[in-house]
Amino acid sequence: MTDSLVLAKQTLLEPGGLSESDLDRVLGRLAHPAIDYADMYFQYARHESWVLEEGRVKNGSHSIEQGVGVRVNSGEKTGFSYSDELQLAALTEAADVAGAIAQSGRSEAVLVPCRDTVPVSPLYAGIDPVISLEDAAKVALLERVEAEARRQDPRIKEVIASLSGVHEVVMVVRSDGRLVSDVRPLVRLNVTVIAEHEGRREQGSAGGGGRWDYRYFSDELALGYAREAVRQALVNLDAVDAPAGTMTVVLGPGWPGVLLHEAIGHGLEGDFNRKGTSAFSGRIGERVADPQCTVVDNGTLANRRGSLTVDDEGTPTQNNVLIENGILKTYMQDTLNARLTGTPPTGNGRRESYAHLPMPRMTNTYMLAGKYAPEEILQSVDKGLYAVNFGGGQVDITSGKFVFSASEAYLIENGKVTRPVRGATLIGNGPDVLTRVSMVGNDLELDTGVGTCGKEGQAVPVGVGQPTLLVNELTVGGVQV
Amino acid sequence: MTQAPVLRDSSKVDLRELAGDALALARSSGASEAEVAVDESDGFSATVRLGEVETVEHNRDKSLAVTVFFGQRSGSASTSDFSRTALEDTVQAACSIARYTAEDPCAGLADPDLLAKEFPDLDLYAPWQLELGQAIEMATMCEQMARDEDSRIVNSEGATVSTHSGREVYANSLGFVGDARGSRHTVSCVVLGKQDGNMQRDYWYTTARHAEDLEPAGRIGRLAAQRAVRRLGGRRIATRQSPVIFEAPVATSLLGHLVGALRGASLYRHASFLLDQLDEQVFSPGIRIHEQPRLPRGAGSTAYDNEGVQTRDRDLVSDGILRGYVLDSYSGRKLQTKSTGNAGGVHNLTLESGRMDLDALLREMGSGLLVTELIGHGVNTVTGDYSRGAAGFWVEEGQIQYPVEEITIAGNLKDMYKRIAHVGSDLDARGNLRTGSVLIDGITIAGS
Repeated sequence: MTDSLVLAKQTLLEPGGLSESDLDRVLGRLAHPAIDYADMYFQYARHESWVLEEGRVKNGSHSIEQGVGVRVNSGEKTGFSYSDELQLAALTEAADVAGAIAQSGRSEAVLVPCRDTVPVSPLYAGIDPVISLEDAAKVALLERVEAEARRQDPRIKEVIASLSGVHEVVMVVRSDGRLVSDVRPLVRLNVTVIAEHEGRREQGSAGGGGRWDYRYFSDELALGYAREAVRQALVNLDAVDAPAGTMTVVLGPGWPGVLLHEAIGHGLEGDFNRKGTSAFSGRIGERVADPQCTVVDNGTLANRRGSLTVDDEGTPTQNNVLIENGILKTYMQDTLNARLTGTPPTGNGRRESYAHLPMPRMTNTYMLAGKYAPEEILQSVDKGLYAVNFGGGQVDITSGKFVFSASEAYLIENGKVTRPVRGATLIGNGPDVLTRVSMVGNDLELDTGVGTCGKEGQAVPVGVGQPTLLVNELTVGGVQV
Repeated sequence: MTQAPVLRDSSKVDLRELAGDALALARSSGASEAEVAVDESDGFSATVRLGEVETVEHNRDKSLAVTVFFGQRSGSASTSDFSRTALEDTVQAACSIARYTAEDPCAGLADPDLLAKEFPDLDLYAPWQLELGQAIEMATMCEQMARDEDSRIVNSEGATVSTHSGREVYANSLGFVGDARGSRHTVSCVVLGKQDGNMQRDYWYTTARHAEDLEPAGRIGRLAAQRAVRRLGGRRIATRQSPVIFEAPVATSLLGHLVGALRGASLYRHASFLLDQLDEQVFSPGIRIHEQPRLPRGAGSTAYDNEGVQTRDRDLVSDGILRGYVLDSYSGRKLQTKSTGNAGGVHNLTLESGRMDLDALLREMGSGLLVTELIGHGVNTVTGDYSRGAAGFWVEEGQIQYPVEEITIAGNLKDMYKRIAHVGSDLDARGNLRTGSVLIDGITIAGS
């Protein structure tokens, strides 16, 4: 048995007196000719956060959530119920309620063997970040970050710094006999500053994290976030109105990969494509990007925020090539959509918690490096926008229209980066935006570990990345006509 | 399969007793003050897609959140486990955090004289005696009406019928105990239209505290279908300045941005574009924005806020002048004033309607853009800079000409609020932010 399985049983089964044979019996109740698949998702999550503002850590919070979700699939139908009590009576009831989707009458209980699967080597240590640092040291870290930000420039008027950690233990018990566990640490440090000068105020924000414990935040890294937030705020103090209209846009490396997440990623999720509701439906094998573009969704990168050793259905994650040299290769699948479309699961079945249904979701989505030096790309542009930092984005997967909002951008004039411009939303059409990429940089970067993706009300941590990209004709939503 | 299994009685735990236990534990751990919120809710939703049941989801949630104060240090913790052990651990976790937090002179419970003393029945709780089979039938009919509405409706994300109800107890060490029940029922439908290879999706929904206040499910389906097909063949328009009408369902977001800028935390952090604007002209003259926390059956109705502070009717903006902020006890003290009863947010905030319906607004605008969908998060609360993706319709001589997509609209909220020319009579009162359609002059549209 792996360490994570021992811990999972101790955390999730033993306190409520559940045994593996109890799990077999519950699965047995669900065994019915009309049922294609069923699973139980046990979860314990402990979350804490500390927030500093006005120079002081004024409050912190701590929460524990635990429960089990039972899901039953019959054809395209899904029945789902959950309980926050990890006990046999509650689990049995949840199973009966979820199982009603396919069962008109109760069939004879069939025992389903419940076995340990071949262990997958974990992509992160099975640690509890919350206890990796004394509380006093967490407070001291935030205070050092605050001091570093204020030290940079007298125009910094407010500093808000936050530190959060999650310790999560999950176990998936499936009707096909698979039993998988995972222990998932996640930490994050964030800094937001407000700079004020001559009555004008602007903010800057930076941060990072991943599947580590708090010791990941060395002073070098943590104080670097503070300096970066200050730099952004000061740049924005000088920003002029952004231009409005369609123009050449150069996107910086790293976090601007949110472009790929919105424009391409969501549209390639298996549920939308099975249902034919995505602008990418039925387009496997077609050209959807310039031949320089290869885009992957890779859940197997060690310690990344978007990575998982196994997804929330117990499938090991993979490095899935979504677009290869411009050609659409594959959709991202969970077990339900894989089964219904006769394709293999890709390790993308994810859920926010035991109280939510899994669905195809991204992990770390990024474009591989190309051949151009970033300077070469900028020099090739007569007039355009250079966008290096972004807030969030959104997409309408049916029409394909997507947006993402720049929080740090500059004008490019005659191949040179000139004045900073105020934040603006960029809008484009997912299925053709990558066909208008004309240069791909050799400077692939992944983001620092800050992404959270929302879909149907469920939030999951994700990563993005890309090299510098030149996109011909992207619409910039500034105010300067 | 349409027989709903009976869920166990969820009210087996006495929430008041639990809240009392948590406060007692906090006191015995040495906390000078404490507050606790305990809630419990249950319900289900059924989704029918292309005439077949797709998902049946049963929900039952509970949580307990406690904040303790040791003088002016505080800590918070929450749990979904109501066992004695978990309760003890949770209170201990909060106390342990409070040991490391800093003294904060503004920390503490609400001022005792602001706590609610009367608890009128706001008629917010009406569980729907809905069998799963009936829910499925209703969702099926809703989606069928959508698919029958227009031959271009070729696909669907389904129709969903859901019902949820719950109870929340808030108590604090000043002796305040609030005990409120509420319910919410919803029918929604999402369908796709297709024409000449172009696909568009849209939706409609109805939601209410009482099932009898829901619009007919068939009407929801038909409206969803009409909204999807009218977007087919959308095109881009050239970059320009233009008047814009925000259709009521998207105009509510303008109120959301206002609340974001008037929140106490945005103000004391100097992170608001409406800093120091009290008693100043913030909207065009004639604009009134008011809060009605005790509206019977209202989506955001409550007799007291998340700290027990009594809610009351008030004008946030009258004749375009900013009359108040959105404060809880902490931010009230930070700003040297008092809580406005808004711990947890505003309660039924309404931008008062004028006399013109949407057609009249379109005629008033003449040429311009009717925005029916906004995407993205391009709103900066610190500066007021506004830039969002939009879709809608181009209007000439007061008549809708053709659908428009893949454009952005941009401006600064400070100017946009002052340029609101008219608020339509087509009030969207489904949610906590309520407004009719809003006509604003001089917005930048970025397109081709």
